[in-house]
Amino acid sequence: MALDFDAAPKIDIRDLHFAVGDREILKGITLSLAPAEILCVMGVSGGGKSTLIRNIAGLIRPTGGEIFIDDMEMSHLSEDELIPIRAKMGVVFQYAALFDSMSVYENIAFGILRGPRRAQYKKSSHLAIARMVAQRLREVGLPGIERRLPAELSGGMRRRVGLARALATEPEIVLYDEPTSGLDPVTAAFIDDLILRTRERNNVTSIVVSHDMGSIYRIADRVLMIYEGKAQFYGTVAELKASQDPVVRQFITGSTEGPIQNQQGQVARKR
Amino acid sequence: MSETSPDEKIEPAKTPGAHGPENPHDEDTIAEEVVEVFEEVGQFSFQVVFGTIAHILAYLGEVVLLFGEALRSLVQRGVNAGDLFRQMAVIGVESLPIALLTIGFSGAVLALYSVNTLKTYGAAGLVGGIVALSIVRETGPILTGVAIAARAGSAITAEIGSMKVSEQIDALRSMAITPVEYLVKPRLIASLIMLPVVTIFADLAGVMGGAIVAASKGVSWTEYLSSIQQLMEADGSDISKGLLKTVVFGAIIALVGCREGLETEGGASGVGQSTTRSVVISIVLIFITDFLLTFLLFNKGVSP
Repeated sequence: MALDFDAAPKIDIRDLHFAVGDREILKGITLSLAPAEILCVMGVSGGGKSTLIRNIAGLIRPTGGEIFIDDMEMSHLSEDELIPIRAKMGVVFQYAALFDSMSVYENIAFGILRGPRRAQYKKSSHLAIARMVAQRLREVGLPGIERRLPAELSGGMRRRVGLARALATEPEIVLYDEPTSGLDPVTAAFIDDLILRTRERNNVTSIVVSHDMGSIYRIADRVLMIYEGKAQFYGTVAELKASQDPVVRQFITGSTEGPIQNQQGQVARKR
Repeated sequence: MSETSPDEKIEPAKTPGAHGPENPHDEDTIAEEVVEVFEEVGQFSFQVVFGTIAHILAYLGEVVLLFGEALRSLVQRGVNAGDLFRQMAVIGVESLPIALLTIGFSGAVLALYSVNTLKTYGAAGLVGGIVALSIVRETGPILTGVAIAARAGSAITAEIGSMKVSEQIDALRSMAITPVEYLVKPRLIASLIMLPVVTIFADLAGVMGGAIVAASKGVSWTEYLSSIQQLMEADGSDISKGLLKTVVFGAIIALVGCREGLETEGGASGVGQSTTRSVVISIVLIFITDFLLTFLLFNKGVSP
């Protein structure tokens, strides 16, 4: 799929900082996504990948820098002012975060019936919404589980229902927080496929947090590697494979030898 | 008292090792140290007292803000009937049995205490009025408030708290639905409506409990009722003021319950802690506002 890098960026992040107390998690991340681009974000655990996603979704506020969604700066907007931006967005959470008091059907229909675009669906009959939900479930390979409760599903199924829920409102931007980690390779490949198909169908712009190099090679247009709060690498998959940066090399080869040290080890040494 | 006695009293207050080699009997140094100790104690208690007051005010401010947000959302968008009825069932209907039991037995106990005393003065017939007054003014509202804080307030915090720690609140927000809109508003409105409703039934149970005990002590049902008519305000203001209190208690239970839930951090133990805190804070606030409201509403009747 050809991307138009000259078009106005869908997501534009400039010098993003995030700190909790004096602990700096993000120390100046700058990136930009063309419409329909898929950016994969990788890095060591606890390195700020989820923090980046949560900043873009407006769930936490950056301590510095700017986030533009379609030329709209969002980092200082109030919860109410964020509604039109969030209406364009879907977030797939790491552990699915399904509403556990609701059935699968209610989870997926929730954004349609209660979200900011509810007026648009007001005239839709129950049947039309049921058909929409069934369609979403077929897409994630789980037809016919509408009446089950999240507690009755396996982890992988929950993750896929979370995906269906995020895609139900047909967002323009989808943020995936580790959508494939902990899943078997077949299901993981299936989800990669779904991310690609979603992009093709609706020109969805995506940010995917992932540890899975195979998955990154399959789906990414560009890759961002966060290391110690900064962008250690930002470029295409081909550039990633050719990178001679020892940190990047160590990460993609999954070696224990190199500049990235096990964090527990570091703590122990400091003491 | 000898001259050295202040000296001896002060000695233990000194922190060991904090002093130089000065002469302990030098009165000037001792005086300075006394001043220092008092200064420190003063500063410390100042910090504790005002820190606590500032803390309480900040908390109340947060709760009032939450109230404002929920009201604004109600005015702008109304409330989803399904959500509201579900919460009315949980907060009101399901709390009814415990409220009826608690206040029913309280009425019986009140009658038991008063009927024997009244009998010695030959005024046993007044027991109905006395029981009814204390039930509708005080016992009914406050025990209903406490029972619902313990039963429904804790449930509100536990539910919202576990949604918070499992990222369901974040999921909600990411779907452009604010927690105030979907979680706080229906619980608040349901509480405001259901607290007085439950209290009405609880008041009736209390009066009935009293009537049963009174009957066993030889006070007839008609006597019981007529004394209620005799002692209660004819315009029913005893009842309405009591119910007004419960509306405020309802706001406290829902808002504290939601606030504690939304601020929950740290997994299952966090949910447990905030649930406990929610019940404790609600009950304390209920008793404080009960005093203030009684002072404002019933002051004329209470003071001689």
